[in-house]
Order: sequence, then structure tokens, then C-alpha cells
Amino acid sequence: MKIIVLVKQVPNTAEVKLDPKTGNLIREGIESIINPDDRHALEAAARLKEVAGGKVTVLSMGPPQAIDAVSEAMGMGADEGILLTDRAFAGADTWATSSTLGKAVETIGAFDVILCGRQAIDGDTAQIGPQVADYLKIPQVTYVFGIEEIKEKSLVVKRRLEDGFERVECDLPALLTVIGEMNTPRYPLVNRLIDACREKAPLKIWNAADIGVQTRDIGLEGSLTHVIKTFAPKLQRQIEMIQGDAKTAVKTLAGKLKEKKLL
Amino acid sequence: MTVWVEVDLCSGCKRCVRECPYGAVEMKEGKAQVQDRCTSCGACLQVCKEKALQTDVKPREIPEFSDRKGVWVFAEQREAQLNKVSLELLGKAQELGAALNQSVSALLLGDGVAGLAGTLMEYGAETVYLVEHKGLKDFRTNSYTKAIEDLVKKYKPNILLMGATHVGRDLAPRVSRRVEVGLTADCTELSIDPTEGILLQTRPAFGGNVMATIANRYSRPQMATVRPGVMEAARKPGAKGKVIKQEASLTEDEIGTRVLELVKERKKRANLSEAKVIVAGGRGVGDAGGFKILEELASALGGELAGTRVAVEEGWIPPDRQVGQTGQSVRPEVYIACGISGAIQHRAGMMNARYIIAVNKDPRAPIFQVADWGIVGDLHEVVPEMIQQFKKA
Repeated sequence: MKIIVLVKQVPNTAEVKLDPKTGNLIREGIESIINPDDRHALEAAARLKEVAGGKVTVLSMGPPQAIDAVSEAMGMGADEGILLTDRAFAGADTWATSSTLGKAVETIGAFDVILCGRQAIDGDTAQIGPQVADYLKIPQVTYVFGIEEIKEKSLVVKRRLEDGFERVECDLPALLTVIGEMNTPRYPLVNRLIDACREKAPLKIWNAADIGVQTRDIGLEGSLTHVIKTFAPKLQRQIEMIQGDAKTAVKTLAGKLKEKKLL
Repeated sequence: MTVWVEVDLCSGCKRCVRECPYGAVEMKEGKAQVQDRCTSCGACLQVCKEKALQTDVKPREIPEFSDRKGVWVFAEQREAQLNKVSLELLGKAQELGAALNQSVSALLLGDGVAGLAGTLMEYGAETVYLVEHKGLKDFRTNSYTKAIEDLVKKYKPNILLMGATHVGRDLAPRVSRRVEVGLTADCTELSIDPTEGILLQTRPAFGGNVMATIANRYSRPQMATVRPGVMEAARKPGAKGKVIKQEASLTEDEIGTRVLELVKERKKRANLSEAKVIVAGGRGVGDAGGFKILEELASALGGELAGTRVAVEEGWIPPDRQVGQTGQSVRPEVYIACGISGAIQHRAGMMNARYIIAVNKDPRAPIFQVADWGIVGDLHEVVPEMIQQFKKA
């Protein structure tokens, strides 16, 4: 089974802080990590390979330092890695990103399954998986938390819903986006990590020309949506602090709630 | 393709630093300097009074879209039950339609769902596009995408909105790619730009640390998804509309997926989005025992218990009760935040509550900045007092 895993290197948004004076994002010193959902996709790929055999290729797009994410993914079991990096890719929205990733997958060649995380923590859009699937004209299942059965030409998977789940059979080749509930990702093995950093490691770096995309279709120029403004979330309420010990304060509060007919 | 600063012209006013959506302009020795992460978006060029910022990027031409009319909402249903988010979106669509002087329509797809058209009209749909087919009985990405693609190509809408549900977040990106348009996910605010007439789509980014307003100038329909509980439904009792039926041509081969079984686990999942009162706790609650007291307050008020990400990670409450950026968005009448510091990720999920009450030991906790009423004190004293006094009331 030929498996491709799409991985994104993201800033650890749990550590992101705003400059209290300017309201701007403080970008310095924020750690870069493999997007959490994508780790579960890597784990799912490794397990799929253990059962069905085959090969796992990890594909990422990002600045040159995103090579760290690709190496780490190889440490977790991917057989080969490809990093798409080019100034021309910068500023891409999900439309341009899915065009780029789709073209890269076509360049890789035949595959059975593409796995990716449901969404990345820096954008939270959950759009790349379905958009790549549509680019490649293959079926998709999102919010996958289990693979129940591997058949010759299809997979049976479990898809999470808000109030339960559904069992879906999906023809191959297909794209699955996975959620954290799916598995517990393994730690990268040190010897595999070292191998991934060797000069002869099966690791390729591709630019726009390598996958044959035109600059008008990628990056900011190829994007259909644009950020026109960013701002710190605003605070809208006028607080009224209620004084006194617990008993007095609650009594005052109860009066205010009754006034508004909330009690 | 680059943007650069003519250093001699730069007055050091920092307007460009503030304007850059990517934080890519920094001050170095009193002059603006464009960093590597610049995407050449051009936002800084317009605010520079000294014309110190220059570029070789040619301005992009905006296509003519005057034939694109109408605000469309995808009516999500399962087993002929409408999802509440679709009615909320119709509420917003009425506002957008009024601002544009364009009509509001709903897309109703399924098998044996025609009976829902009346409800959609009561909530603001002037037209219901109805597609019924056996292949649309279950939600499946490809069959729904194909049906919507046909409608979009035939009727050329201006705006298309979907709920950011497990269905909407599967379908919307697929449709956007198919009809070759941009898409903005999980918007918390939608409005029409009064000069350009385009849809301004505002959403949290970077884990809710920043709000970004996004425009979709180069393709139509302008597509966005909105999380449940963010917009307000607006019912117009007795409102009528028309139904336009559309045939679907679907084959199982091209759909590629089959739903084998649908399993509901409703009993286990909390329904925070419908709750009138929510009592929520954070790190300050201290332990699972503390949440027992909060639960007592919640049940005294006929409400639901909720908590922050920390409370979930500590195992004090189950994940389906998490409110915030990575949990649910809620809009109850009253939200009582106990021992919650008010990290922005949490605030993103509860800012739309009608009234917010905050109880915290620390008077400087950010939660007090978003609350209507605040009590500085130990929640272990205040909450039992609330249970006692509110029960009497």
C-alpha cells in the first residue's frame, strides 16, 4: 500500500502571546512543532503499513526550516520525505496551498491513501484535506478516528459526528483526515532520526519548478482570499465589580439578576 | 515580487508596522524594515504617507461580478431534522441580503426532505432550492458537492454560507475547490463592506490570539463557514417563499463512499449550545470535587456544567463540556465563570453569552475584562452561597 502523509510545521499556538502595547503577535522564540493532528496521521500511516505493507511518503510545504518536521516524521516511521519550499509558495491561502500540494502528489505518482490531520492549529481551517482530495478527484472521509477494515479496493473507516459516529466504506485511492481520538502517536526513534539527517537520507527538496507550477497559481498571487486586517480581539463589556463578603456580594448579585428577570 | 523601503523617505511613523497583517514590517534604527515573512500583499503601501514603501508587484485586476446575486445558505439536515446552525445562518443572511438588496435562499438536499422548506422560509429563505435523490439520503461528500456545484453554476449566487459542523467543514472546502472559489472557515463575524460591497469575513487565527478579516475579491460565490451558536436565528412567522426543484444526476461509482451505519451516542454528549445557563470552571476550581459544587449550582439554575481546556486536561470534566477555541462556542443567557482566568482561547468560546458573571480570587484576572458582573473572592465560599440564595429566589 502506497501511503502519503501531509504534514505541516506550525508555531505552538499555546505559547503565542500578544504584545500588550501594540496588539501584535510576538513571533520570536515560539517553538515550531509538527501540527498535533498530523502526528496522529503519521501514526495511522505507520500502523497501516505494519498491517498492509508498502511505503510511507511524508510531504510538507513550508520554509526551509520545515525540514525538521519532515525529518521528525521520518523518525516516526515514514520511509521518505519531501519538502516543498520556495519563496513563490509564501502567502498562500488554502486554494493555492491545495493546488501546490495536489501538484506535488501528482509528481510523486501513484498512491492508495493520503492521510492528513483534520486541521492545523495555526489556521484551524480544516480545508486542505478536502481541497487536495477534490484537486485529485478522489473520495475523502474527514474526522476519521478508526480504520476498521482494509480491503483490496476500499477501506472501512469510522467518522466522528457531533452526536455519535458513522461507519463509512470508501473506495481507493482516497484521502482521510484524522482526529486525535484515532491513536496515540509514537515517539520518533533516535536511530531513525539520525538516519533522516544523513546526507544519503531519502529526503528531497522541491521548488515550484520541480513540480511544474506557475507562480500565478501559487503563493499570494494564486490565492483567492486575502487577509485585509488583523486586530486583537476586542473587549466589549463594562464590568461592575460587586463588593462585600461572599454572602453580601451574592445577595447584591441576586438582586441584579432579578432586575433583569434572570432569576 | 518584493516590497522594499526607500530608507531616505521613511519618516519612522510606524503606520506600516501597524497595518501589516503578517507582522512583517519591523522598526530598525527608527526606519521601517521589511522582513522575510513579507508576502507582498501590499497593505503597507496604502498607508505610507511618504511613499517610502515601494513594490514591483502589479496590482491585480478584480473581475466583474455584477451578475452574481443572492445570499445562499446550505440547509444542513440529517434524517429530515434541520441543524440549528442553518437557521442561525439564515438570520445572518437576512442582514447581508438587506445590505446588498439581494434575496436570501436556502439549499435543501436529501431524500424526502421537501417538508422542511416551510421552516426555512419562516427563518428567512425567500427561495428554497430543493434537490431530492436517493443518492442524497445520507450526507456524502461527493454527491452533495455535485448537487451544489450544479446549482451554483446554474444560478450564480454572490454568497454561500455553511455551518462549521462536521458536515459543513467536510463539504464547504470540497465545494469551494470544485466551483473554483476561495473559502473562509469558522467565521465569527460577517458583514458587507459599504464601499466595495464585498463580504468581510472575520475569524480567529493563531489559536484565537488574533482576529483576522478576510476578503474574497477574486471569485464568486464568496464562501464562508460559521460555527454553531455564533449567529442568531430570526424567525418571521408566516413568511412564505417559493420552492425551485432541481434534478440530480448521480451514480454510485462517482460518489465513491457508502455510509454503512449511523451510530448515535446522544446520551453521553452534553448539549451546551442549547443551554440557557452555563456554570463553567477552570484551573482555580482545584479538583474534581470542586466541579461537584459547580454542577450543583448548574442544576439549581437548570443549566449545564462546562469548563476550560485545563479542566478537561486535568480530567475534571469530559471533553464534550469544553468551551473555547478548541471546544464549543456557546451563547447562553447567563455564563458563570468560576476560577477561570480568562485566557483568550477560552473567551473566544463564551464572549457571545448575554450576561457573564465572573468569580475569581485574582482581581487582575482577564476574565473580569469581559464580564458584566464580577466578584473577587474564593469560589468555594461564593458558589455555595449562590446555590443557597439562588434556590430561594
